[in-house]
Amino acid sequence: MKIVVLVKHVPEPTASWRYADDLTLERATVEGRLSELDEYAVEQAVTLVEKGVASSITYLTMGPAKALDALRMALAIGGDDAVHVLDDALHGSDALATSRVLGAALTRIGFDLVICGMASTDAEMGVVPAMLAERLGVPQLTLAGALEVADGAVTVHRDDDVESLDLAAALPALVSVTDQTGQARYPSFRAIVAGKKKPVATWSLADLGVEPALVGAGAAATAVRSASIHPPRQAGTVVVDQGDGAALLADFLVAQKLI
Amino acid sequence: MTEVIVLVERRDGTVRRATLELLTLAARLGEPVALVCGPTDDATTAVLGQHGARKVYVADALADDPYLTPKVDVLVAAVAAVQPAAVLVTAGAEGTEVAARAAVRLDSGIITDAVDVVAGESGPLVTQSVFSGSWSAQSQVVRGTPIVAVRPNSVTIEQAPVEPVVQVLEVPASAGVPGVRVTRREAKVSTGRPDLADATAVVAGGRGMGSPEGFGLVGQLADALGGAVGASRAATDLTWCARDVQIGQTGKTVAPQLYIACGISGAIQHRAGMQGSRTIVAVNKDPKAPIFAIADFGVVGDVQVVLPALLKEIETRRA
Ligand SMILES: Cc1cc2nc3c(=O)[nH]c(=O)nc-3n(C[C@H](O)[C@H](O)[C@H](O)COP(=O)(O)OP(=O)(O)OC[C@H]3O[C@@H](n4cnc5c(N)ncnc54)[C@H](O)[C@@H]3O)c2cc1C
Ligand SMILES: Nc1ncnc2c1ncn2[C@@H]1O[C@H](COP(=O)(O)O)[C@@H](O)[C@H]1O
Repeated sequence: MKIVVLVKHVPEPTASWRYADDLTLERATVEGRLSELDEYAVEQAVTLVEKGVASSITYLTMGPAKALDALRMALAIGGDDAVHVLDDALHGSDALATSRVLGAALTRIGFDLVICGMASTDAEMGVVPAMLAERLGVPQLTLAGALEVADGAVTVHRDDDVESLDLAAALPALVSVTDQTGQARYPSFRAIVAGKKKPVATWSLADLGVEPALVGAGAAATAVRSASIHPPRQAGTVVVDQGDGAALLADFLVAQKLI
Repeated sequence: MTEVIVLVERRDGTVRRATLELLTLAARLGEPVALVCGPTDDATTAVLGQHGARKVYVADALADDPYLTPKVDVLVAAVAAVQPAAVLVTAGAEGTEVAARAAVRLDSGIITDAVDVVAGESGPLVTQSVFSGSWSAQSQVVRGTPIVAVRPNSVTIEQAPVEPVVQVLEVPASAGVPGVRVTRREAKVSTGRPDLADATAVVAGGRGMGSPEGFGLVGQLADALGGAVGASRAATDLTWCARDVQIGQTGKTVAPQLYIACGISGAIQHRAGMQGSRTIVAVNKDPKAPIFAIADFGVVGDVQVVLPALLKEIETRRA
């Protein structure tokens, strides 16, 4: 059984993020990393191989040259090889275009199971997995808090506000996993070195047969008109409790008409 | 005026508050109409009409509340039939994914996690809170039917009573997305407290509550304030409370009048879900905890001492 894991290279959560002049997220000057939420997808895939359920793992990313770092990190955790879709025409792509390109790449790679993160930590849309399932015409089992594969079928547990669901579908299928599936292991130094030697193929849009006119900022179906940074919150009064902390807090709440 | 479709979500047969918020927003963009996946009933139709839905489209051939893809069929059929000015759904596990698939089928732009929508010169102008809530962006859909997923609690619900026309929608049988079987389905038991997304006060507990029993103080304070219980991921991971009250990047985003963080350090992923709160209070024994940097009022102290004392203070001040 062949797994493809979708991983994205994103700015460090602790870096200070801003919009570039073209109103896309500034990536060039900001430290990046493998999206923390995609690490959960990597971990699930590696576990399935360890259990003997899956035979191979290919990572797939679409992004600028630096996105290779995300593939290398994933390959250090486990897996066999990776595909990097790299093309200048992709800059500024929206979710529709991203899913179009990733869908074409998935078709070319071939898969039994696709595992995505629940959301990218930069765009935070949480739509690419659903869009991919739609484009590929495979069952969608998203936001899985737990995942099992056996006998050519995948089962997931999905919790939302109103109910908790168990879902099942025959392979091939697409899942996305939440941060409840268990943290990724941290690769050893040796594993990091080994990850650097695993094969990574670089594909252009031409390799995928995707028209450049269908992707990038020019083809985006949404446009950011303006953006502004929220003024940072100011720290207020901090008191050290010396037996009177609760009373001072209650005074504050009364003054604010909150009690 | 062009119709604006609101995808209705129901819980235990009751229309969600978030759906009524969408009707309020839809009225800014055109004529609000509601789309019900499944049969409607008098109560549903009445509450939708009360909030301005001129029409209620029902896909009543559908089993009540099916899982995901049949709802995409309904939404796509409705857009084809109505040619709306926009589609509004509630941001969340279901709404966002239904919208995402519909966006692909319709080749229409989608904007998620909207916190405000107003009419713009060339279609709806949508405000989003981005980069973990540190930036705000105004976006527009420039191709197809604008599809917008709006966060609950982003607008005050307005009554706008009309007598809605119920119209049955024909939904062509879908080409058939290979099936997902629901093998188990369990409704969550209500806590009796206000919904986290709707609550005006949220009391949230973290690892610093110390134990499941210690976490109980969070519930007591929430009840004293008529608020909802929230938690950090550390507290939900420790199973001190239900998973669905987690606040932050991978949990809920809340923006109540009052947020009280108890024994929560204030990690960036937690702040992403609560820094839009109007007033933030923190109780933490570590004066260096990052939560104090965004708190309007902070108490450096032990939650097991400060919270019981606060409960007493609230009681005496109310008496
Ligand atoms: C991809 C990703 C997504 C994440 N998503 C979320 C999310 O959605 N929500 C979320 O909350 N976290 C999330 N996290 C986790 C986040 O990074 C933090 O680990 C988590 O928020 C910490 O929870 P905490 O503040 O309860 O625990 P800690 O960081 O351990 O803090 C406990 C605090 O309690 C204080 N304390 C201890 N004892 C007492 C006492 N007796 N009295 C008073 N104070 C006391 C301590 O001083 C400390 O500040 C995510 C992490 C990642 C990597
Ligand atoms: N550019 C990309 N390259 C690879 N995978 C991606 C990319 N964008 C999104 N994904 C996958 O889709 C998931 C959801 O992303 P999003 O819809 O952007 O929140 C991520 O966790 C990834 O698994």
